[in-house]
Amino acid sequence: MTTSPLMGRRHFVQGLALGAGALGIGGLGMSPAKLLASQGQTGAATLSGNTFNLAIGGADVNITGTTRPATLVNGSLPAPTLRWREGDTVTLNVTNYLPETTSIHWHGLLLPFQMDGVPGLSFDGIAPGETFTYRFPIKQNGTYWYHSHSGFQEQSGVYGAIVIDPAHADPEPVDRDYVMVLSDWSDEKPEQIYATLKKLSHYYNFNERTIFDTLRDFREKGVAQTLKDRHMWNTMRMSQSDLADVTGYTYTYLLNGRSPNANWTGLFKPGERVKLRFVNASAMTFFDIRIPGLDMTVVAMDGQPVKPVRFHECRLGVAETIDVIVTPQSKQAFTVFAQSIDRSGFARGTLTPDPAMSAPVPEMDPPPLLGHTEMGMGGMAGMNHGDMKGMNHDGMSHGEMNPAEMKHKGMRHGGDNNVPFAFVANNPDLAPRNSAVQHLDSEYGPGVDMRAMAPAAMLDDPGIGLRERDWKVLTYADMETAGGPPDSLMPDREIVLHLTGNMSRYMWSFNGIKFADSVPLELHHGERARITLVNDTMMTHPIHLHGLWSDLELGDGRLLRKHTITVKPGEKLSYLVRADAKGRWAYHCHLLYHMEAGMFREVRVVDNAAAKEARS
Amino acid sequence: MKQAHLITTAALLALSPFAQAVNKHEPAFSRVIVDEFEARDADEGTLAAWEAAAWYGGDLNKLYLSTEGERLMDNGGETEGFETRAAWSRAFAPFWDWQIGARRDWQPDDPSRDWASFGVQGVAPYLFESEATLFVGEEGLTNLRLEAEYEILFTQKLILVPAVEANVYGKEDEELGIGEGLTDIEAGLRLRYEIRREFAPYIGVNWERQFGDTAAKTRGAGDDVSETTLVAGVRLWF
Repeated sequence: MTTSPLMGRRHFVQGLALGAGALGIGGLGMSPAKLLASQGQTGAATLSGNTFNLAIGGADVNITGTTRPATLVNGSLPAPTLRWREGDTVTLNVTNYLPETTSIHWHGLLLPFQMDGVPGLSFDGIAPGETFTYRFPIKQNGTYWYHSHSGFQEQSGVYGAIVIDPAHADPEPVDRDYVMVLSDWSDEKPEQIYATLKKLSHYYNFNERTIFDTLRDFREKGVAQTLKDRHMWNTMRMSQSDLADVTGYTYTYLLNGRSPNANWTGLFKPGERVKLRFVNASAMTFFDIRIPGLDMTVVAMDGQPVKPVRFHECRLGVAETIDVIVTPQSKQAFTVFAQSIDRSGFARGTLTPDPAMSAPVPEMDPPPLLGHTEMGMGGMAGMNHGDMKGMNHDGMSHGEMNPAEMKHKGMRHGGDNNVPFAFVANNPDLAPRNSAVQHLDSEYGPGVDMRAMAPAAMLDDPGIGLRERDWKVLTYADMETAGGPPDSLMPDREIVLHLTGNMSRYMWSFNGIKFADSVPLELHHGERARITLVNDTMMTHPIHLHGLWSDLELGDGRLLRKHTITVKPGEKLSYLVRADAKGRWAYHCHLLYHMEAGMFREVRVVDNAAAKEARS
Repeated sequence: MKQAHLITTAALLALSPFAQAVNKHEPAFSRVIVDEFEARDADEGTLAAWEAAAWYGGDLNKLYLSTEGERLMDNGGETEGFETRAAWSRAFAPFWDWQIGARRDWQPDDPSRDWASFGVQGVAPYLFESEATLFVGEEGLTNLRLEAEYEILFTQKLILVPAVEANVYGKEDEELGIGEGLTDIEAGLRLRYEIRREFAPYIGVNWERQFGDTAAKTRGAGDDVSETTLVAGVRLWF
């Protein structure tokens, strides 16, 4: 890049000045020039204090060389980073300059449900021309984010980071602190992307199997084995390369709003401790993040401090955040490389002691293929990390496992303490069940194209495409909330939900039931519920429960406190939820188009007595 | 039960001070696909042939409209015959839909035929796009039609599509010269290049042959019962 960082930015978000004028940001106490100047390192302004004026409006941006309409907050992509302080009460005046309803959801924040920003659940939404005032006390600290919960506005730009400083001194002081917002931008309108997926679900997959792949397999695996493998996939009518519904074919992956060519750059002095707060604010993209030449140490996930773990690469699910610390010692530049799970593109930035220096950008890996593990055949069950290396997944076939063995493998990991399954007569999600892996009748219908036969505990599995790494890949099993379990390990009830879908029809659901056909899940105020998720699809789903913590059960009495939990294909996992905030909360897959298609539930936290009475 | 419902509603209203319910409305989508729009070098001259469909609806219920036919382009042009169909399509299994509807055959020189249709369409194991439809016409006419299509990828954009269609009649249609039993099989092999997913020119070969009494009647009229043509056309959808 020969242009100066400022020129590059100006060129890049062309809508900035225009949009700012149109949105009347001047009237909100910020001149466009100030906005531009305060973009700083992140590509978004940082706003701090107790009171914020946010204007959501249309603006033009030019990411790819073509000027396209976006929906932005205060005219910037990403939206301004909001810097709050734990213990404060914040007031946010959000004005809607769009011709349609909008909203802001504060992702991962504990707040009264009326402030949660989900139209239809928390409030009516913000009508065009209206200002809605959010006001709530800040009871936590860490890295979070915010985004629109209306239509597809999140895809077209309404997302930004929240950094909450601790009430008392930071236990992990650093020399520099960067927000790293990862996202996926498309020149297509999101409505168009969704309609396209409904018409031809593999539209964006340009990694489909060709006849030459089969010929290569004949040579490498032999004809018999190839036909055996093909038989399995062909009878299932599934694509082995379906890792992402929406890909680099239409997406440009952004770091702090900047494309790989625009190369976001952060400065450091050798020897400094640098905190990187990664936020996956994308609509549909899992990112595999690494910094060649630098190890990272995780200090927080989803805003919550964890016992530090050193690693080299991690997969960040949509809506998750991870705080890492790097300590580059030498006077050299490093590339922050975040490739999409399907290897169809990457976001990239540079950490450097000198703006003139940059580092090589690694090649993307070859796209991985789905295997037995992803089919829910328990391929990884009972295996540890090290054993996975070099294992030939294709060598196993379907017929070699007997049902008894599968049943065994599907049993609950960790301490089973005979927690009763929730049963509610008029809620099909909570029909009677004998085991968590059992598929309810509602899973047998046109909306569900497969069911995992032997879902397995996979918390220590780095996931598809990362199993054969020579370096340390961070997994949930490696982490633990700092200070030990933040709440009880003993649940009162267990709620089981299977993640289901039909890829070719582009239908997504829980237990085979779309949101439109669902009944709200009721949690009793104060209860400790265990939610067990079984992924019956071949996609990875980030599942987000609003308003309440999700304490992931790691076994051995360890918990990992999160707001969004990524569930891998074929995986079964459990987390504990303290229903300590009454109200109506959204619960959904955070892949935007999966949520829209029906992978969504309303969760109501109600008084136990009322719930009992209502059921009787 | 009713009382319980009232209590739940009351509890809900207490929780939510706003009126608007969560939007559970399922949006409808539509797709128009011109699967074949091509020229064929037939013995009697250049034929234009088409096969197109459109659907509108949600995940489970769709309205389908489709048409296919041929028109002679030389000597001033003459439509040889075409059919139009309308059907309500209902998903009943992960990969399968029922289709119930109607079909009309139009022929310039012959009486048209109306049929009720009962079909099943979907993706069979090994990813064969398949369709089986029973048409029930006037005066006891029946027509069973079986269709299958497969995609072989040479690259992500260069795709070879073998397709086959067979028709069986339960009863002779004397006026139209169609006999009882297997009447005809049509097989095609088309190689398309997807410039975009939505737009793909193709070339190929199409083979048609009549069988049994139908073939005998055609022979009796002095016409060929089999024809192989080269085709060139374009596939598009939106």
